[in-house]
Amino acid sequence: MLTFASGGEVLALAQKEGLSLGRLALRWESEQAGETEDLLMARMAERLKVMRAAVERGLRGEDRSPSGLAGGQARLVWEAAANPRVGGATLTRAAARALAVAEVNACMGRIVAAPTAGSCGIVPGVLLTVAEEREKGEEDLVLALFTAGLIGYLIARRANLAGAAGGCQAECGAAASMAAAAAVELAGGSPEQALNAAAISLKGSLGLVCDPVAGLVEVPCIKRNALGAANALTAAEMSLAGVKSAIPFDEVVDAMAAVGRSLPRELKETALGGCAATPTGKAIKKSLCGKPD
Amino acid sequence: MSGGGIFAVIGPVMVGPSSSHTAGAARLGWAARAILGTEPVEAVFYLHGSFAETGRGHGTDRALLAGVLGLSPDDPRLPEARLLAAEAGLKYAFESRDLGEVHPNTARIILRGRDGQQVAVTGASVGGGEIVITAIDDLPVEFTLHYPTLLTLHQDQPGMVASVSAAIAACSVNIAFMRVFRRERGGEASMVVEMDEPVPADAVAKIAALPGMLRVRQVKAVGTC
Repeated sequence: MLTFASGGEVLALAQKEGLSLGRLALRWESEQAGETEDLLMARMAERLKVMRAAVERGLRGEDRSPSGLAGGQARLVWEAAANPRVGGATLTRAAARALAVAEVNACMGRIVAAPTAGSCGIVPGVLLTVAEEREKGEEDLVLALFTAGLIGYLIARRANLAGAAGGCQAECGAAASMAAAAAVELAGGSPEQALNAAAISLKGSLGLVCDPVAGLVEVPCIKRNALGAANALTAAEMSLAGVKSAIPFDEVVDAMAAVGRSLPRELKETALGGCAATPTGKAIKKSLCGKPD
Repeated sequence: MSGGGIFAVIGPVMVGPSSSHTAGAARLGWAARAILGTEPVEAVFYLHGSFAETGRGHGTDRALLAGVLGLSPDDPRLPEARLLAAEAGLKYAFESRDLGEVHPNTARIILRGRDGQQVAVTGASVGGGEIVITAIDDLPVEFTLHYPTLLTLHQDQPGMVASVSAAIAACSVNIAFMRVFRRERGGEASMVVEMDEPVPADAVAKIAALPGMLRVRQVKAVGTC
């Protein structure tokens, strides 16, 4: 039976067994759940299908959220990706896809929480784009989702994955970290590079607050998904280039947990601080008050 | 059965917008219905903390109601839960209430079944759609419904844990987690047994017939959707 409680232990196991983080996560889940690896691959492929459908729906840009605040932005960025001005095609497509899924979520559409609904755009945005870029097939993508899931699991073991408990660093921050590691493996990087990318990415999100305007998963959450995708791609590229995180992954996660505890409640999904407390944020809230369900 | 591993992180598949305030809320409602063990006809929801403050914009009310109606968090009908409740003849009410020193996303759900049975389930949505049930009626408990779970209410007396675990062992079912809770010595106590598989109905009946046993419920796992 495989057992581990930290990124360090996971890395040692992956190296000893000669497995990618994705393959290791698959074997571990299979042992834990008492189900075959084939069945688990098929179950994850179903989730990939839901992710793809959400990307397509969001890029069509037809839906608007019940508040009227969200919808249609992903399509603008997708159109810009045909002729990107400053970001390059990969970054712009990943951002558009991340926005697309986050917009579908705000419109009460069907998505895969990864790790949460508020951060559901980052993992599909990054992985579908990297797979397209590197011409990777279904199996590699599904394995990359296991890599992402393993990083999220490790963060949940040592910290948590809820904005109400840890701020947005525990949602979009965790998602970017998961996507960074998975992008590295999808691009053929080693387990060590994958974990290193997860650490670099998460450091960039430390302290990120959860401050939803009017308490809705719309402003600033949707655009933070696109920015999280950019974080993940940058961290992955750095790690693949040989840049090392000075602080190991496990210590970054512990720091994230400590920062989350230090954040005041106003900045943990109560809609009382940050963007939610700005004059415009408050005006939006006021304009929505009394709006029927 | 997934015990909160990779599929809890890459998942659940759900209707938006919030894993904690929508999917987790739907699962709490679902769990309360499962613990009641029968079709509910009346539901009262007490919403605490962030559930009370930002719940409406997240559809927390509709999600809790959808769960009590037996819908899963990925059911596309979730946004129409109020309509479905009216069709099903389920009476319901929502109220903001300070439930004390609990997780910010906590709800207490009081359900009454057609047969008059009533239960008050308190639980928290702890992120990513994951839930923890923290009290049943007034007894504190702690379980996640990642596993089929046996819940007892029994007299606090020697031998209860041994008899229940022996009955479970007799059907070759492995216990993953087990906890015992009581308010005072010799009073009412509760056992929460999370198992790798459910035990057959006749084993539940045997446990229910143990001397000192007041009530037994077996609740199925919340699922891996």
